[in-house]
Amino acid sequence: MAAPSNPPATPAADAAPRLALSGITKRYPAVLANDHVDLDVLPGEIHAVLGENGAGKSTLMKIIYGVVKPDAGTVRWQGSIVQIANPAQARKLGIGMVFQHFSLFDTLTVAENIRLAVDDADAKSLPARIRDVSQRYGLPLDPRRHVHTMSVGERQRVEIVRCLLQKPRLLIMDEPTSVLTPQAVLSLFDTLRTLAAEGCSILYISHKLDEIRALCHRATVLRAGKVTGQCDPRHETAASLARMMIGADLPHPRHREATAGAPALVVDALDVRAADPFGTTLRGISFAVHAGEIVGIAGVSGNGQKELLAALSGERTQARKNAIVLCGKPAGRLGAAARRRRGLAFVPEERLGRGAVPEMSLAENALLTTRGGGLVRRGFISADAVRACAAKIIAAFGVRTPDPEAAARSLSGGNLQKFIVGREISQQPKVLIAAQPTWGVDVGASAQIRQALIDLRDQGVAVLVVSEELDELMEISDRLAVIAQGRLSDPRPAHATSAEEIGLLMAGAHRTQGTGMPAAVAG
Amino acid sequence: MRLFLEARPQPSRIAAWTAPLLATAATLVVGFIVFKALGRNPLAAFNAFFVQPVASRYGIAELLLKATPLMVIATGLAIGYRANVWNIGAEGQLTMGAIAGGGLALWLGESEWPSAALLPLMFVAGALAGMAWAAIPAWLRTRFNANEILTSLMLVYVATLYLSWLVHGPWRDPEGYNFPQSKLFGDAALLPNLLAETRLNVGFLLALAIVGVAWVFVRRHIVGFEMRVAGLAPAAANYAGIDARRNVWLGMLAGGACAGIAGVGEAAGPIGQLLPSMSPGYGFAAIIVAFVGRLHPLGVALASVLMSLLYLGGESAQMNLALPSAVTGLFQGTLLFLLLAADVLVNYRVRVARRAVAA
Amino acid sequence: MDTVTQLVLLSLAAGTPLVFAALGELVVEKSGVLNLGVEGMMLVGAVVSFIVAARTQSPWLGVAAGATAAAALSVVFAVIALTLRANQVATGLALSLFGVGLSAFAGRDYMSVVIEGMTPVHVPVLSDLPVVGKLVFGHNPLVYVSWVLFAAVQLFLFRTRVGLVLRAVGESPQSAHAIGYHVIAIRYAAVVFGGACAGVGGAFLAIAYTPSWVEGMTAGRGWIALALVVFATWKPWRVLVGAYLFGSVTLAQFQAQAAGVDVPSQLLAMLPYLATIVVLALISRDAMAIRLNAPASLGKPYHPE
Repeated sequence: MAAPSNPPATPAADAAPRLALSGITKRYPAVLANDHVDLDVLPGEIHAVLGENGAGKSTLMKIIYGVVKPDAGTVRWQGSIVQIANPAQARKLGIGMVFQHFSLFDTLTVAENIRLAVDDADAKSLPARIRDVSQRYGLPLDPRRHVHTMSVGERQRVEIVRCLLQKPRLLIMDEPTSVLTPQAVLSLFDTLRTLAAEGCSILYISHKLDEIRALCHRATVLRAGKVTGQCDPRHETAASLARMMIGADLPHPRHREATAGAPALVVDALDVRAADPFGTTLRGISFAVHAGEIVGIAGVSGNGQKELLAALSGERTQARKNAIVLCGKPAGRLGAAARRRRGLAFVPEERLGRGAVPEMSLAENALLTTRGGGLVRRGFISADAVRACAAKIIAAFGVRTPDPEAAARSLSGGNLQKFIVGREISQQPKVLIAAQPTWGVDVGASAQIRQALIDLRDQGVAVLVVSEELDELMEISDRLAVIAQGRLSDPRPAHATSAEEIGLLMAGAHRTQGTGMPAAVAG
Repeated sequence: MRLFLEARPQPSRIAAWTAPLLATAATLVVGFIVFKALGRNPLAAFNAFFVQPVASRYGIAELLLKATPLMVIATGLAIGYRANVWNIGAEGQLTMGAIAGGGLALWLGESEWPSAALLPLMFVAGALAGMAWAAIPAWLRTRFNANEILTSLMLVYVATLYLSWLVHGPWRDPEGYNFPQSKLFGDAALLPNLLAETRLNVGFLLALAIVGVAWVFVRRHIVGFEMRVAGLAPAAANYAGIDARRNVWLGMLAGGACAGIAGVGEAAGPIGQLLPSMSPGYGFAAIIVAFVGRLHPLGVALASVLMSLLYLGGESAQMNLALPSAVTGLFQGTLLFLLLAADVLVNYRVRVARRAVAA
Repeated sequence: MDTVTQLVLLSLAAGTPLVFAALGELVVEKSGVLNLGVEGMMLVGAVVSFIVAARTQSPWLGVAAGATAAAALSVVFAVIALTLRANQVATGLALSLFGVGLSAFAGRDYMSVVIEGMTPVHVPVLSDLPVVGKLVFGHNPLVYVSWVLFAAVQLFLFRTRVGLVLRAVGESPQSAHAIGYHVIAIRYAAVVFGGACAGVGGAFLAIAYTPSWVEGMTAGRGWIALALVVFATWKPWRVLVGAYLFGSVTLAQFQAQAAGVDVPSQLLAMLPYLATIVVLALISRDAMAIRLNAPASLGKPYHPE
């Protein structure tokens, strides 16, 4: 990610903290989410809470917002101890939260959505107030629009405006930039700086080191539920922050020069109508993935990734058999099981409920997509072969689990993802498609998974990675394409492109919208 | 101090198998209270309800006789329920099966056909008729996405009315004093007796065979596994390339075939003719049996015996306690409710909440 | 009174139990809960209202009692399906089966009891007007109540803030919870309301439509009401239209006999059930309409963290 330009202004350092957490502890059955966490935020300060997935950031924010109650510790607001029993109380104190997974209602309008979260009775003036606030902070919104017609970036604006209408004194932003193009990120930063200059404190949750260095005054680092450091991110490097965050240096995958072979997956003029009324229609998608290369498809969520993946995996079949060609043979009309037999493997975006059945054991989940290797003989399952298969995957991919009979849902996100990736790789596919392969996965497992993908490529497998994490794609892809509004850009070599360029493609800037402004700014 | 539910990382297998026992025990407690409230001596009532009906050889035979159709139907239904295919119309499929098998019996009963040829044919006809009746909701769901609970249920009423028309009209016994009933089946169309001086017939053996086949299918066959996946996580089933449509058809047809077979079993067994009502709600009781039996063939077999006991108890209560036989339905519903309540322990633990400590 | 007017009056009356039950279930489903126990609740409402009306000689007391009994039963459903997070489909089925058994049991001594029941109103002067008189002023009091209920549900769901919250809960309980609404409490309230409505629907049958108690007298109307909610794509005015259409179909038997058509009564009696199937298939086929109008969380278990 390129380093943005304006360094943030420092707020008065001698002011009393607006929010002070002291000794906050929260325990869940499987994990100690927060372990005696101390944190304080000054008025007008943009304070980062930095940590990898599973460090306890979300839990801490939920405690501040009253969604969850701590087992121990105190929360001080403007100097006095408070008990925040629920979000309504938090809002009354002046705390607002923009969730990572939006709490919006698709079939309702912007105004109705905001009305639900805003605790006043004045419904009539709401649309006008929405327009007012959204203009003032550079987040234009039409109150009458139904949320399901809006892009992810626009929906985030609704979430933010919803908070701003309550005139918050503290705004919590939970991983806000995962759904934005690079340009939209800059625009958001301007909004946040304006707010901070007006005296609002901001808690900025993220694991994106460059963003934190560009935006935040101070950072508190969490690791495994404990505070491992506090610093001024403007005076740190990405490497030093990473070291605080994971206790070691950021692992970098080992690369070998790519030598691409014959095209193993060819997509030709794929047109797919959205199955869901709130989905995206795909138009004229064409690209190829060669044996021994990794092609990455970047894009902000909601631009057709779901539909593309379902079409490629075989979960949705096509009318034209040549729309998708696997290893030289037409596969458009084949279902998922048939495509697997032809050498396709797929790691889906959702682990629990799609990649694995939560209530079933790992052994049974191994059987979910594996049919070769003597697991099924003449229709009957060989329980021993199934168990052995699962044990092999667990051993080969370092899945930490009590035993193969453990239910899939008892595993941590990272371990389950390793199992699923391992299961798909163990089938020795010719083509592997991975969607969001390291989402919600801790750094150690992420590095392992990325390395596994690169190793696969080195063995001559064609790998396609669809992800919203641009950094990850730029790191492992040989070629990169961007999906925006159901259309795919031409793949180009990853080393010959930049985040800015990708960002423009993400926003569909090759077509300007009706306002005459480039689509990138309209966002 | 508050009780709350905490999710278990693993579904508890112990809870899965003790829940039916817990529910049964709780139902007995409810029964105790009900009997007391009705002014009956609870112990005497228990005796009359649960003990007396099976205190004799004849009683045991009756127990197994009633368990037979329940076992067969519930086994078929469970296959569908595991895949989230909700066949609620078993009562109607049973009726159509009885009509098909019974019709064959009436047509060929007086002829030279031997039992060994006629009975299997009747069962096949019944199974086909039950499957055909279940195929309608299956088709409506796969083709139109129509909810199979409602469609299969509507067809129950249709089937009942159809049978009513038949026994009031074209199939009415001309020598039956105008009662709505068909002619009695000839001997060749009646199931052979299994235990002398009881009504238990070879249908019971057929039921056991069906349970056995289902057990093998569900535990060991890949299609059984795939149907389970579909029931637990439809998106995972789609991801694995499991054909959702096939599951719907299989689920519905399994239930329909079994219900149809059960219908023939009743017609060719204890009833021996066609009447306006061929079953005291077996098709619905079987739904409860399927749940109490954890959708597992072995559990279903045991649960069907329990349910059969409830039926016998109701009849006994009617005779000995001057209680309406409807008390059976009351117990059956209570049992299912309590089972669903006890089921929470499979996925959750009950915890006591302590107030959050403010330093 | 000419036959057309009479047909309209009878159709409206025949559809009224469906109006009550389906409107109640519509509110329940809008909150994201699928309660298949409508048949059971209607029967319990019917038997309790009949018993109370017979004993107190007051039809209105009967109706109130029926509504209360059905609502109480729906609380059992709510405890098991919402608090104990059991499968909503299975719990609803259990409720129906239980209600059938309970009503048969409770009503065993009342099968041949006769009560006067609730009779259609007679407003001086207005009811005697030609045509309009009976059509507007000649209905059973509960029919008017059903119209008020329709207006109330329509206003509540789409014009009030609480109604908005309820719809939001049905759309996404996780989001509603994140904002701070008590999802389970809202759903409890909806379920109890649905239960009371089903109870009144059953009471109408036993006290006004055919003042009597017969085991299983709803004859599947509870299930038809469930289908009606789907057919109406969760819109109250369509529930009204659908209920009256179905009401007229159930009268087919008598209409045919009156017209001298020689079809066996059992086959004619099949019509409402067959019609339900056809209508359900046609509506469900439109996946887009279902997705846009069905509460997104319908029937899915909700687990607060």
